[in-house]
Amino acid sequence: MAENGNNPRSFQEIILRLQAYWAEQGCAMLQPYDMEVGAGTFHPATTLRSLGSRPWAAAYVQPSRRPTDGRYGDSPNRWQHYYQYQVIIKPSPPDLQALYLGSLSAIGIDMDLHDIRFVEDDWESPTLGAWGLGWEVWCDGMEVSQFTYFQQVGGHDCAPVSGELTYGLERLAMYVLGYDDGNELPFNDPDAPIPLTYGDVFREAEAQYARWNFDVADTDMLLQHFIDAEAECARILEVPDIDPKTGRRIVMALPAYDQCIKASHVFNLLDARGVISVTERQAYIGRVRALAKKCADAFVMTLAGGWAA
Amino acid sequence: MPDLLIELFSEEIPARMQSRAAGDLRTRMTDGLVEAGLTYAGAAAFSTPRRLTLTVQGLLAASPTTHEERKGPHTDAPEKAIEGFLRGAGVSRDALEVRDEKKGQVYFARITKPGRPADVIVAEVLESVIRNFPWPKSMRWGSGSLRWVRPLHSILCVLTDDAGEASVVAMEVDGIKADNSTEGHRFMAPGAFKVTSFDQYQSALRAHHVILDADERAEAIWQDATNQAFAAGLEVVEDRGLLAEVAGLVEWPVALMGEIGAEFLDLPPEVLQTSMKEHQKFFSVKNPKTGRIERFITVANRETADNGATILGGNQKVLSARLADAKFFWQNDLRVAETGGQPWLDALDNVTFHNKLGSQAERIDRIAALAREVAPAVGADPDLAEQAARWAKADLSSEMVNEFPELQGLMGRYYAEAAGMPAEVAAAAQGHYSPLGPSDDVPAAPVSVAVALADKLDILTGFWVIDEKPTGSKDPFALRRAALGIIRLVVENGVTLPISTPITISMLLSMKACVDLLEKKKIEDTFQEAGSAALSNDGLLSALNILKSAKLGDVPLRTEADFVAIMPTANRGAEIVKARNDDLLSFFHDRLKVYLRDQGIRHDVIDACIAMPGNDDLALLVKRATALSDFLKTDDGENLLQGFKRANNILTQAEEKDGVEYSYGADIKFAETDEERALFAALDAQTPIITAALTSEDFASAMSAMATLRAPIDAFFEAVQVNTDSSIVRRNRLNLLSRIRRICLEVADLTRVEG
Repeated sequence: MAENGNNPRSFQEIILRLQAYWAEQGCAMLQPYDMEVGAGTFHPATTLRSLGSRPWAAAYVQPSRRPTDGRYGDSPNRWQHYYQYQVIIKPSPPDLQALYLGSLSAIGIDMDLHDIRFVEDDWESPTLGAWGLGWEVWCDGMEVSQFTYFQQVGGHDCAPVSGELTYGLERLAMYVLGYDDGNELPFNDPDAPIPLTYGDVFREAEAQYARWNFDVADTDMLLQHFIDAEAECARILEVPDIDPKTGRRIVMALPAYDQCIKASHVFNLLDARGVISVTERQAYIGRVRALAKKCADAFVMTLAGGWAA
Repeated sequence: MPDLLIELFSEEIPARMQSRAAGDLRTRMTDGLVEAGLTYAGAAAFSTPRRLTLTVQGLLAASPTTHEERKGPHTDAPEKAIEGFLRGAGVSRDALEVRDEKKGQVYFARITKPGRPADVIVAEVLESVIRNFPWPKSMRWGSGSLRWVRPLHSILCVLTDDAGEASVVAMEVDGIKADNSTEGHRFMAPGAFKVTSFDQYQSALRAHHVILDADERAEAIWQDATNQAFAAGLEVVEDRGLLAEVAGLVEWPVALMGEIGAEFLDLPPEVLQTSMKEHQKFFSVKNPKTGRIERFITVANRETADNGATILGGNQKVLSARLADAKFFWQNDLRVAETGGQPWLDALDNVTFHNKLGSQAERIDRIAALAREVAPAVGADPDLAEQAARWAKADLSSEMVNEFPELQGLMGRYYAEAAGMPAEVAAAAQGHYSPLGPSDDVPAAPVSVAVALADKLDILTGFWVIDEKPTGSKDPFALRRAALGIIRLVVENGVTLPISTPITISMLLSMKACVDLLEKKKIEDTFQEAGSAALSNDGLLSALNILKSAKLGDVPLRTEADFVAIMPTANRGAEIVKARNDDLLSFFHDRLKVYLRDQGIRHDVIDACIAMPGNDDLALLVKRATALSDFLKTDDGENLLQGFKRANNILTQAEEKDGVEYSYGADIKFAETDEERALFAALDAQTPIITAALTSEDFASAMSAMATLRAPIDAFFEAVQVNTDSSIVRRNRLNLLSRIRRICLEVADLTRVEG
């Protein structure tokens, strides 16, 4: 569909336009969370900030890792490392659908030529103990985003409700820029002195990580990491609220949540290594969910989570 | 009389919920109005992806004023009682009337409830309907507490009087104030417009590119799609469910026909169709000459300046990516299939069937053993039946079935063919899941029947062993469907198979599976032995003996408390197998009653047949019940039944009184009347015919022979007094009656038949 003069010319231009658009709508432009996560939702700016009563509006790119999706850089549309663009606004504004459609226009999708549809797709994250209702958004039959009204996170009812938008950036870029193979997407401007494709940037990394994820990662070590993260998360949350050194009340929800994220990613790695059976799978997911729930319980006891002395 | 128009305008409502929601809006709203005294002439409800609409015509302008008279306490009742009455009735004391009654003077209150205008009532009812709407799943949004399926944006609520004057009903729900405006198509006609009446609303919507009526949208899609296909010499594959769903995804449908890339046309048509339907909600378009699916129809929600070229191009691209996946799965699967598919079977080792019953691979072993066992009875070669059973679940490991679970069985057939397996094995892979419901076709090929029976028996006995039987409306493992499937397989194929034997074998195999999981070597060995004994010629008896002699009670069972509870001792183990067999057999009989009742056979007739020996031979049971049912519908049958009942009553009374059983020794030489002699002659002539017919399971002949007994029995009761003074004659007559009873009871337990 790259025929219109208003179209972006590269993967990064799509990101930049989304940034500019959502900044204009008043969102705080955050940066990616500095840990391995499976999706943008795991960023504490979404998971934890969707809890409690305090208003919140943020947008960010989140590099995400799904080890089982690794294809050694050979697949045109699957990578173990990929990008999500995430918008989270609490309370969800009444015109969120219109705002979202505005973002599609901003990246060059001409509403008069395309068929945009909101198709039922309820979201649930068993590891986060979270669910919401919404849609997958179709552009000419292609899923370009997830649109969700959070109802519960970490076992807590969301009140007010957050509206969450998630764009799969590679797929969206392939559609907007007209490429069938994601590795060929221009990453920077194709007319730049040194033009780079998505594959130039990531293909080699994909192969290396796929090999490590599937066959080389030390599973005994990973299992220990899981156990350690789980234990540390629980331990952090059991520490009394009052810090003896400063004399202040400091609930350490965020450091505990880091351990929860860590456990979740280690579980994904173990899954990719094929050492988790179907039955164990449910048990592991349950263990991560228990951590997420504890972190959510702790977060609502912080100021950011709406706690008031 | 005014008309009422309501529109609840929201963000996109899931397609599958729309039509039900429109119906709920109509019934809840009109029920509420009528209950409040507002009757109406007619009502209709509509839905689009963004709105639920209700039109009510000829509504009363106000509810009628009602009067009610209420009797109160006596005039000398305590003050508190009188005050309470005044409060309840809502009247003042001077409005009370005093009347003389038998027991003294009594207060009466006359309560008048003034009618209320329609808008007040509508506002009340609508708020309650919105707040209590039965969405399958609902949500909150923003800072509000209201629940709706997706955020509710506006409420249109207008009463239009006879003069065409429209007024907004004043109401508000959670900050959303009702008014008289709505919006058209999101993209083709953005912006609000005013509404004055339903007719104006519907035509204004159309002008704003919204077709209000889902049926009209479906019809338009179908017309548009079939016309385009027809013009290309092709036809659209009909799919009512998909049509309804797609009609719920668009407000302004535009069908667009596109090509399927040539490189995908050699995929199985079912794969093309499923992939296009599940992922893209496309209709399949096939070439009627070849039966191949060559194109697709997608339904867009708008017109565009380029006549849908961009939309179609995008859809085509998505489809190609999807089909590339499908083709990738297909080719990978074919490679595995062509080498015999062993990796798939191995993979089933790691797939849990149920955590108390072990893996899919173990289940396949049981099905294979059972399929061998039932093969002779259904006319199948045991080796082929076993081979087919071992292959039947292989496709569950295939990439295609992993992607499209609904293609299970079908892919097994394709892959069996690719592997060069016998045609029977391929057919069974697909056919053994059938019948899935009461109207699904029953496989007839013997190997398919054997595997289908084995598959369903294993499911039933497995869940019986772990005590997960259906209760009430809960049947999560579809066990009723499995039992009905077995009944239909046996009955509709006329298979002679006393079902107890395979049930016992299957039950033992399932128990073994269960015990295996408890990792107790001793128990395992015992059941192993019992299992193989059951499969040998000695069958059930020796299997039960083995179970009895094993001292299972000595082994401490460490887990699965419920299993411990059912297996405390060895002897109980054997009892349990027996008890569960009986229980499962009676479950079959219950399902059989439902099955036969649907075919017009009364439950008491079925009970009469179930009471007969050999009731585990379901085909025999059905033959008997059908013949008896037909017979009882005839005049002869009905009268013979009365004759039997009369004979049985007289005999039962005499036997109770005399303390003896009259069962033998009727002799024609003590007969005094022609009627008695005629009955002797008829019984002498017909008894051997009936017995022989029953032995050869020729129930129709048995019934016609029975029919000839009707006249002599009727004549006998007409002319002969059984209880005479002569004890010899009386005893002889009672013994004669017992011959009637005996022969009738050989047909069925007629004491259980009503009437």
